Amino acid sequence: MDNLSVQRKGVSRREFLAASGALVISFGLPQAARAQQAAQGAAPWPAKVAPEWLDSWLAVMPDGRVVASVGKIEAGMGIGTAFAQIVADELDVPMSRVSIHMGDTATTVDQRGTGSSNGIMKGGAALRKAGAQARHALLAMASQKLGAPVDQLAVEDGVVSVRGDSSRSVSYGDLIGGKQFELNMDAKARAKDASQYKLVGKPVPRFDIPPKVAGRYTYLVDHKVPGMLHGRVIRPPEAGAQLQGVEPGQKLPGLVKVVTQGNFVGVVCEREEQAVQAARELKVNWSSPEPMFSKSYDDLYATLRSGKVKESKTKDKVGDVDAAIAGAAKVLEAEYDYPFQSHACMGPGCAVADVTSQRAEVWAGGQKPYPLRNAVAEMLQMKPEQVRVSWMPGPGSYGMNDADDAAMDAVLLSRAVGRPVRVQYMRHDGIAWDPKGPPISFRMRAALDDKGQVQAFEYEARGYSGRVRPSGTDNAGDTLSAQLIGGAKAASTEKDQFSDESYEFPNKRKISHLLEWRQSLPTGLRTAHLRDPDGMATCFASESFIDELAAQVGADPVAFRLQHLKDPRDKAVVEAVAKKAGWDPRPSPKRGQKGPEVTGRGIAYAPRNGSIVALVAEVKVNKETGKFRVTRFVVAHDCGFVVNPLNLAGTIEANLMMGMSRAMYEAVRFSPTKVESVDWISYPIVDITDAPDTVDIVMVDNRPEAKSLGAGEPTIRPVAAVIANALFDATGVRIRRVPFTPEALKQAFQQQAAST
Amino acid sequence: MATPLEITVNGKRHPVQATPDTPLLYVLRNELNLQGPRFGCGLSQCGACTVHRDGVAIRSCVTPVSAVAQAEVTTLEGLADTYPASKGQAEHLHPVQQAFVDEQAAQCGYCINAWIMTAAALLREKPDATEEQIRQGLSGLKCRCGTHMSVLRAVRRAAKAMAAA
Repeated sequence: MDNLSVQRKGVSRREFLAASGALVISFGLPQAARAQQAAQGAAPWPAKVAPEWLDSWLAVMPDGRVVASVGKIEAGMGIGTAFAQIVADELDVPMSRVSIHMGDTATTVDQRGTGSSNGIMKGGAALRKAGAQARHALLAMASQKLGAPVDQLAVEDGVVSVRGDSSRSVSYGDLIGGKQFELNMDAKARAKDASQYKLVGKPVPRFDIPPKVAGRYTYLVDHKVPGMLHGRVIRPPEAGAQLQGVEPGQKLPGLVKVVTQGNFVGVVCEREEQAVQAARELKVNWSSPEPMFSKSYDDLYATLRSGKVKESKTKDKVGDVDAAIAGAAKVLEAEYDYPFQSHACMGPGCAVADVTSQRAEVWAGGQKPYPLRNAVAEMLQMKPEQVRVSWMPGPGSYGMNDADDAAMDAVLLSRAVGRPVRVQYMRHDGIAWDPKGPPISFRMRAALDDKGQVQAFEYEARGYSGRVRPSGTDNAGDTLSAQLIGGAKAASTEKDQFSDESYEFPNKRKISHLLEWRQSLPTGLRTAHLRDPDGMATCFASESFIDELAAQVGADPVAFRLQHLKDPRDKAVVEAVAKKAGWDPRPSPKRGQKGPEVTGRGIAYAPRNGSIVALVAEVKVNKETGKFRVTRFVVAHDCGFVVNPLNLAGTIEANLMMGMSRAMYEAVRFSPTKVESVDWISYPIVDITDAPDTVDIVMVDNRPEAKSLGAGEPTIRPVAAVIANALFDATGVRIRRVPFTPEALKQAFQQQAAST
Repeated sequence: MATPLEITVNGKRHPVQATPDTPLLYVLRNELNLQGPRFGCGLSQCGACTVHRDGVAIRSCVTPVSAVAQAEVTTLEGLADTYPASKGQAEHLHPVQQAFVDEQAAQCGYCINAWIMTAAALLREKPDATEEQIRQGLSGLKCRCGTHMSVLRAVRRAAKAMAAA
């Protein structure tokens, strides 16, 4: 079983191996590399799938089907379909004959997996090149076979024929099916002109959805290996607790082994329900540690504001902010807070591992299977070529979730029992122990002159790096189990926390301070990438404060932004969203609303790695209950040329809902000794009753000539900001801390009522 | 020794090896190798494990297998067969499943079983469900990716298709 099996056309692994560059192991490599491989001895898998080798990317089956291999994974946004569109267009084959093979370290090129919304940019670009070169090679072969020059050949549905004489034709399958191109990648191979695309740019339905609705799509959780046992883990009851022992002689049904190493504890049982029971009932003794966490969010944010700074960076410095503030007619200052948030994936972490003394095979659901291979090899003291990590579809991961931790746990348990082991976390593992999006506190300041002009703008963030738990698992120490075992180092790095925007002010400065947080590594509050890392938080502070400035000077929020934005693409997106929304220019808040039910609208925008999104939100708020609904979203989205507009619309909507979830509900709860968010009650997320009535989407700069940019994350970035701005417009109350719960809002509204 | 437990799933009888108190979900997945219902929380809080017991949506993660011994259990795999009009069609999907395809109502799809099985039971009970009834009927189900808007479109579409059938 591999992930080929979940694609539309069931190309089997055997067929694939027979035809693809995956056979580099035996004969596909150039002479020198082959000799080197022979000298290394019989490693079960190649150390590397050669990216410079065309056959590593593309294989034509004897019947003409095409398998494209790529070092990315399907995170649930339909990228497999987009890849198939690209390959089918370059090769002139029907999409139904294209399979996409992803994320297997033994048979696909190491592109590090998926992250930063770069699937289309990196994976798509590589496949386009490979497809283009393969087409040129196939045309050259056909030219020879048909005795006609290439410029007289035409391709339709994988069949090459001589123009004007369709009796002279040959199919791709007949030209090369089952054999290799034996070509190095040619950087100069010319891809098709965008005007020739038939599938790219079109609303092609996703090929993974029909099997998903019918229960025929194979997820990692469905993967079964002969002789497989079931494992569960038991985490310390409090952060920093030390394992004192497992009471001996405990009899539990089906229990094969209790595995302990350092503070890592796992059970292996014959059956899954037995493992669940064993993990629940096994008596384990732990020490009572000193408290590691703050008492509350108030305390946490106070710590962030006053704690010792480990590293500071300054960006976008213009003029002299301090002097401008000192000489200002008025200084505006505001503080914003953003909490710890969980990946809280639909399915908690899962993995299957089969470890012997010679090799380890791991089936994992994370975004980056390639680095994980190195981490597993390190843990097992093996060479990377003795380890194979095959990605299989998991629940949407949205960053560095618990998938790689589960993989390492499965490896440890399989090694301990000498049989394949499947590990699936329980819900409390998934929420209380996944790596968390980091909390950030912000202080924003601005200087206004006596004419109400903004003379200075200052952004200051203080937070924990989102890469305390690194964004890929390159080292064993990056995983939770290795941290619990102790002794292994994580490759933690400092990731600054800046907002992205192009506002121009005479004086400007952005500062990001990071505080030490590596002590969190063996705990459920270690910080890592969560969809659009830091983006929702930094945009919340920046775009809320821009809105505060607009309100301060009595300007319309859209007009104020357009007045100060520098980048013409940013302006175009803001203009587009206002136009689509039917924006009524006026300052916020909205005047003259009576009664507890009020309405409002807000705008926020954000660039992200070249893509730009602007949002308008319309809200209906009950000032007595603190409850509100977003009734409408309007999205202007510029990610260049859109490969699949249907699919992108779905991904944009999903970003909005996840963004609402994080803005309205999500904050990981904790006590001084442990994470208290353990399930969907203690970590609520968005509900279908929250879904807006309408969403309008307008694409900006969607031209075939425009480069396709990332779209998996940009839309989520301004969601907290746009809702806060709409709440202000509706109520006149500025909400400066996420999440916007009814309790928090009610309190804020009451405070406002008491002060007026 | 007591008579071995048997359950009826998607129209077929199956002997059960697990103990009677085992959650139905594990029996469906590991003994019957069904892939539609999935483990999401084990706490009846998300719906990923939803199956039908005699046409009513239940959470198989908290239902002991012994509790369905006398019942007809339907999973996502068997849903289409419970809707006569979809039998014999090429695609052979329940109208709710078809509507999810038509509306492309999925991201990762891990939770899709929850929505389809709950919506199918809801529309069986209330074929003319209003927007409010659809929202309330699906409330509580979890989707991390945020497909809720496409889910609502799909369920509205399915309701129309079933009313017209």
